[in-house]
Formats: sequence, C-alpha cells, structure tokens
Amino acid sequence: MKHVDLVIVGGGSAGMAAAVSAYDAGVKDILLLERSPYLGGILNQCIHNGFGLHEFKEELTGPEFLTRFVHQVEERHIPYETKASVLSIKKSKIVTYVSPKGSFEVQAKAIIVATGCYERSAGAISMPGERPAGVITAGQAQLYLNQYGYLVGKRVFILGSGDIGLIMARRMTLEGAKVLGVAELMPYSNGLNRNIQQCLKDFDIPLYLSHTVTNVIGKGKLEAIEISEVDEKKNPIPGTEKRFEVDTLMLSIGLIPNCALLDKAGAKIGPARGAEVDDSLMTTIPGIFTCGNVLHVHDLVDYVVEEGKVAGKNAASYILGTLEEGPKVATKAGDGIGYVVPGSVALGAEGDVSLKFRCRAPRKNVYLFVKQGEKVIKKLYKLAMIPSEMEIIKIPRKALENNQEPLEVSLVAKEDADHVR
Amino acid sequence: MKDIIIVGGGVIGAFIARYLSQYDAKILVLEKENDVGDVTSMANSAIVHSGDDPVPGTLKAKFNVLGNAMFDQVSKELDVSFSRVGSMNLAFDEAQLPLLEELRDRAEKNGVPYKMLGKEEILAIEPNVSPSVVAGILCPTAGIVNPFTLTVHAMENACDNGVELHLNEPVLGIERQGDHFLVETPEENYTCRMVINAAGLSSAKVAAMIEPIDWTITPRKGEYYVLDHYGPGLVKHVLFPLPTKKGKGVLVTMTTSMNYLVGPSSEFVQSEEDLATDTLTLNEVKAQAKAMVPGIPFSQQIRVFAGLRSTPSTKDFIIESSKTYREFINVAGIESPGLASAPAIGKYVAEELAAQILGLKKKESWNPCIRPYIHLQLMTQAKKNALIHEDPSFGDMVCNCEKVSVGEINDALHRSVPCLTIKAVKKRTRAGFGKCQGGFCQPRVLLLLAQRYGISPLEVLYGRERSEVLEEEVKK
Repeated sequence: MKHVDLVIVGGGSAGMAAAVSAYDAGVKDILLLERSPYLGGILNQCIHNGFGLHEFKEELTGPEFLTRFVHQVEERHIPYETKASVLSIKKSKIVTYVSPKGSFEVQAKAIIVATGCYERSAGAISMPGERPAGVITAGQAQLYLNQYGYLVGKRVFILGSGDIGLIMARRMTLEGAKVLGVAELMPYSNGLNRNIQQCLKDFDIPLYLSHTVTNVIGKGKLEAIEISEVDEKKNPIPGTEKRFEVDTLMLSIGLIPNCALLDKAGAKIGPARGAEVDDSLMTTIPGIFTCGNVLHVHDLVDYVVEEGKVAGKNAASYILGTLEEGPKVATKAGDGIGYVVPGSVALGAEGDVSLKFRCRAPRKNVYLFVKQGEKVIKKLYKLAMIPSEMEIIKIPRKALENNQEPLEVSLVAKEDADHVR
Repeated sequence: MKDIIIVGGGVIGAFIARYLSQYDAKILVLEKENDVGDVTSMANSAIVHSGDDPVPGTLKAKFNVLGNAMFDQVSKELDVSFSRVGSMNLAFDEAQLPLLEELRDRAEKNGVPYKMLGKEEILAIEPNVSPSVVAGILCPTAGIVNPFTLTVHAMENACDNGVELHLNEPVLGIERQGDHFLVETPEENYTCRMVINAAGLSSAKVAAMIEPIDWTITPRKGEYYVLDHYGPGLVKHVLFPLPTKKGKGVLVTMTTSMNYLVGPSSEFVQSEEDLATDTLTLNEVKAQAKAMVPGIPFSQQIRVFAGLRSTPSTKDFIIESSKTYREFINVAGIESPGLASAPAIGKYVAEELAAQILGLKKKESWNPCIRPYIHLQLMTQAKKNALIHEDPSFGDMVCNCEKVSVGEINDALHRSVPCLTIKAVKKRTRAGFGKCQGGFCQPRVLLLLAQRYGISPLEVLYGRERSEVLEEEVKK
C-alpha cells in the first residue's frame, strides 16, 4: 500500500485550490485524483465567461479560469492522476481507486473530498408522462455541445431557471436551436439576475414563473410537453395547460452534492446534503475534509476556490498537528434560513468565522441576525435576499461564548426587528 | 424450415429458448423491440416470490413454487444477482387478520415455508416498519433478482447454444400451411414446425392469428419509485401489505444493487404502449408505502417508472397448446409471479410440451452456463490489478455512480445477444442507473456504441426506435 500525506479526491476548482493551499502550507506529499482525463472538472464544459471576478479581478471563461489553477498545480509539481476513479474511502483514511494504470490503495494522513455535485434528474422530481429520449439535464446538454460537439435538439423548452439552464438557453440559441420558453415552479427565478437578462431577455425567450411541466409526450424521441400554471401550494391548476411541440426538454432544476463517498465512509450528512463540517471544513470523521460543491452548492466558482483554500490549509494543519481541537459551538438555521455551513465553529481557532447560508424564500426589507442564545453578535439590514444567492457573513470569533447555545442565523422583518435590540 | 419459432424475447421467451437449446433443433426467437426483455420483463418489482399468494391448484401456484426453487442454480449458471432475502406480508389492522390467515392457508397448501410473526417479532427484525403493525407472515424463500440480466443472460445462454435471435422483427401474421406454419415479419416469411407464443402483452393478438380465442390480455399498469443506494438498513425483507383483489399491493424492497424500490400501483389501461407515470398515482403509492414504512427517505428518489403486466381474463397463466394445433403453444397471461415462475415455465414448455410434441432429441453437449461477466467491484485488489494490467480499459471508469468501466461495457457489447442502445448498455452493466441518471457518463456510452457498430454518434439510440439522443454536429 502506498502512503501519502494528503489525498485529494476531485481535480476540479475546489480540489486544485485545496492542493495548492495545502502545498503552500507545508504539506508537499500530495496525491490529487481526478476521474476525467483532464483537471478542471465541470469548468471544462463552461465555455461562457463570468468566472474569476473575485479571484482574479477579471472576467474569464471556465477553461481559462481552470487553466490558471492547473498552472499553479504544475508549477508546484503537485502529483496528480487523471482517469483515476475513487471507489471507496474508509474511516481509517484508506482511499481505493482504479485507473487504466491499475487498482490502488493509498493510506493517507488526511483526505479532502472535492467531488462536486450532480444535476437533479427528471426521475428525482417524478416528472409526469412518458420517458423518451430528449429529456435531458442542462449540464448534460452542455457537455454534449461544448466538449463533444453535438447539439441535442433544435426545438427546446427548459424546466427550471437555474443558471446552467439559462446559460444553455443562450448557448443553444446561438447554435441555431429555437428555445420556446423557460418554466419555473417558483414565483421567482432561481438564476442570477445577470443571467436572466443576458440569456433570456436579450433573446426574447419567455420565462413562465409559477409554471411546471405536467406532461411529457413521446415514445422514442420527445414530441411535445405540456406546462401548467401552479397555485400557491405548487399544485398545477387544471385548464391552464399550454402545449409546446419540442424535441428537447432541458432540466435545470437543481444541483445536489455528490457526497456518496463520504456517506458510505460514515460521515454525517448535513441539511445542505453535503457532509456536516466544522469551520475547518473537517467532517465528522477526523482527518477527512470536504469543500466546494460537494459540501454545498455554490453560485460562483470564486467562492468554491476560496473554500478549497480553507480546506487545503486546514488539512495541512491537521497533518502537521497544528489544527485547533478545542471546544466548538454548533450553528443553527433559524427563521427564514435554509441551511448554514459550517455546522459548528471552533472557539479557539484563528481568524474570523465565515458563515455561509441561503434564505428559504425571497425576502425584502429584513434584518439578518446572528445570535448566540439571546446575545446578538451581528445585525445586518438587507434590502432584498433571494435563495439563489448564497450569503457569506463574517463575524469575529472572539464574540463567541463557550456555552451550549448554538450560533443561530435568522431573518426578521424590519418592522418586527426594530423592536429587537 | 425452422423447427420452432418463439414469438417474444421477454423473460419467458428467453427461458423457453434456453431450455429448448438443449435439443437438436433449429430455433428462432423473434422480438419486436430492439432488445430482449424490454417491456414487462424490464419494469416490474424484481421479486422472486415465495409462492404464498397464488390460489392453490393454479398454474401460478405450481410454477411459482417450482421456479422459486430453481433460482439458486439458475442464477449461478447465468451469472445473475439473486438473493433470498425473504418476504413479509404485514397486517396493520385487527380486521385484516382473517386475510392473513387466508394467506397462511395458501402458503400451507402451496408447500411454501412460512413463519407467523407477532408485532414485537416484526419490529425486532424490521425496526423501520410502522409500529401500527399487528402481525405478519414471513416467507424465507422469497428473493430479489436482477430482472434485466436475468432475461439477457438466459437468452445469451440460449444463443451460445445455437438459438437464433432476431431483434426489431415483429410478427405480422401466422398461417397454418399443411404440416407447418408460415410466420410473416417485415423482413421475411419463415416456415416452422412449431410456434411458441410468448408475446407478453401482444400474446392474445398473436394467438388470434391462427384461431379464435376466448381469452383476453389487458395491460395493467404499475408505477414505481426508485431510491438511490445510500447504505443498507431501511428494510431487510421484501415488505408487502396483505394482498387484495387488485394484486399484491405496494411493496418496499431493496434491489440486488442495494437501491430501494417502492411500488407498484395497479390500474388497467387501454394501450400496450401506455407507460406514462402520473403524479396522483405516484402520490398514492407513496402514501401506501409510508403507511407501511413511514421513514422512507424519498429525498433519495432518483427515478420513477411504469411497467405493464399482461393480465389474462382467465385469472391464471395460460400454458398450453392452442385448441386447433398441438404445435402452436400459447404461453400467455404471465403476470406476477411471472418472473419467479419463468425458469420453471421455460423448462416445462421446452421439455414437457415442445420436445414431446416434436419428438426432439437432446444434444450430446449443452452448456448451461454463460461466459462469466467481469464484475470489477466484486474483485479483490490483486485480481483487479492483474485484470487492469492485462487490459487497461477495465481501469477506465465510465459510470462513477455505479462504477462501470469501459472494459465491462465493451464486454457487454460483444456478446451473443446484441446490445444496441444506451438503455441496453444500462440494463446489462448498470452504467447510467445511478443518482446522476447518466448525466456524466451517457456521452461516453454513446460513443462506445457508435464505435462498436461503426455508426455515427447521431445514429445511436437511447432506447426504442427513433430515440436518437443527438440532433446534429456543430460547426468545428
């Protein structure tokens, strides 16, 4: 069995950033494992621009962004293997993987899992109707188009207003397909505002809010779909059906952390469907860390990279024996909040505490509270919040108390909050 | 002139072909779809029932019990995942106790081993069952099986032993001409000494091609949920409520690949093509399943599907020569417990009917085993390493959810039963069956198919005819 200080599973933006930061923190004996033939992960198929505004202060395409990280990995001579598929991770930090070179077991001192996310499929939402070819996730259509050079259809309807779907609406239009519309179950869009403008409005593609697909028709290939308006309980309203003759129904209905390896290793899974972590990004298994979209789904790769760096640095500290192991305070998603990452915060660690979370539904004119018990640590006015935008808030660590009270993030309407001190 | 034409390449046709391949005879299987086992055999509960439920004295009871007993050997010979996990039928109401006793009587009369369980015993074995459970019956011989490879491998074994298989070839008409039959398809007119009608949902239509019949087949739809494999522990047995007139009810079970399966509904439909799912029915399935196992994690749902059972008006399997011709054998109405009965039906039809009627002689050698498949995941580290060093494509993973390599897919593409579509690859190897539903691996599977058959990627089908995945190549 090989012995390596740090094994990183996943060579996308999170994994590469983690590798670079662990290396720079003094751990040089690293093995970065990537399942596809190239480093870079999903960014390889994201040929549109808009990446890197935070990290590099300029606007890059996905491949440009990832190439900068590949250079950082290669400059440091960090060992990596591609076409290396991890079969299992054990609690004892043994990683088993196969590649065309053989089947390997590696004993690591620490592991970082950065395996990204996958797209929610038609079956996961019980899509009504038949199951013909032509019902495809937006990311898969993007993969076919941008990496393999094939267009999946010419008459397209899109379910879900997630960013990949919006970007693919524009991309397929530019390739000569007709995008007939986008249906969104919620009464608001789930994509970034800039994508609604640049990918739909600029191309006159209608967005049907509070609509969903209520029938899929086609034996071999998709022939038509039917959409209906939904009521407040998201139930379709009879009589509102609209039919579209299309050969493609593209789904952009959400991303799910791909944390099967961690789940099977025995790590506890949190409410964001990634592993539960403390603010060093260590899972409930000591020495196994996680970051990026496998921890929770991010909107921007810049934040993924930032998280990768945190995981890399802390995994290095763990290996070097300098990771803070003192008491921790749990976090809690309070009123109006979907989830909070991390699940707990170490009192004695260094630097500010970074809390990441999403609101459950769009809110306007609210106060964002971070409280521990009755103690208000932060109170912040927000003109508007939407679930599709991840919030990051930093609080001073020394403000935390060593008691049993959790650190709670919650939203309070402004008129109610004005009574709270 | 063929000796025997089998109409239909489902699990029944496949097992009849397998046992007929023991004989020195020219056998042709005609399948209308582009893969074997692509209709009813593909979309069902994947259960090898114990035989506790069928009415004693029926063909269902006979073949279920006989078939069940064959599975240990058959699954080894055909390299099919099978596990005798046992089943439980559960009563959730004192008023259901007489039904439970009826079930016990049927199990007793059918010669099926069983054990009656009280509430505490059930909850001790199956802690996730609703505490409102009152009593139940445990049948330890029930099992779960991979229905996809069961059919494919049975047919492969038949083909390896000399049976001819034609896919994409529907039977349009059958006529008696002197001492033989003329079987018409879009490709050719075949003559044969015997026809075996194993046409599933179409079996009444095929039977009526040679004589008026007094039975019908009505498609009965069942809708299901599939959950991802996320660790064992939800249920250990196949859990059923008590059977009603509508069938065995909504079951909760694990599959041989450690997914969980929840379903089916039961409703008669007009069309043999009606495989649509609908929200109301699935919600009802969910409610019934939750009444039995409240904590089913539907957040792990990865797919819904519908299958059609061939429900006969006679209420029992139809396995006999037609009224007019001894050489025309109907094997029809094989609804549940059809999968469990398939090996026994196949053996009976081949050995007791066809071989007797035609006076067939056994070949000197017959191989009951298929060439074993490579299951990388089940190999030891050393064996995996040796295999990959010999052929690196076994270390080149295509499907990361289900861990399927290029080597395993290429193996499936070079067997005696053609594997023509993305769905056919999925059924044989599980590539695309996982949580991402092919989101990441489908393009590679598609290209492997194009390469295997020397066709353009644009021509590769997802499943049925006209199911091309790609529309056009973009400008380079």
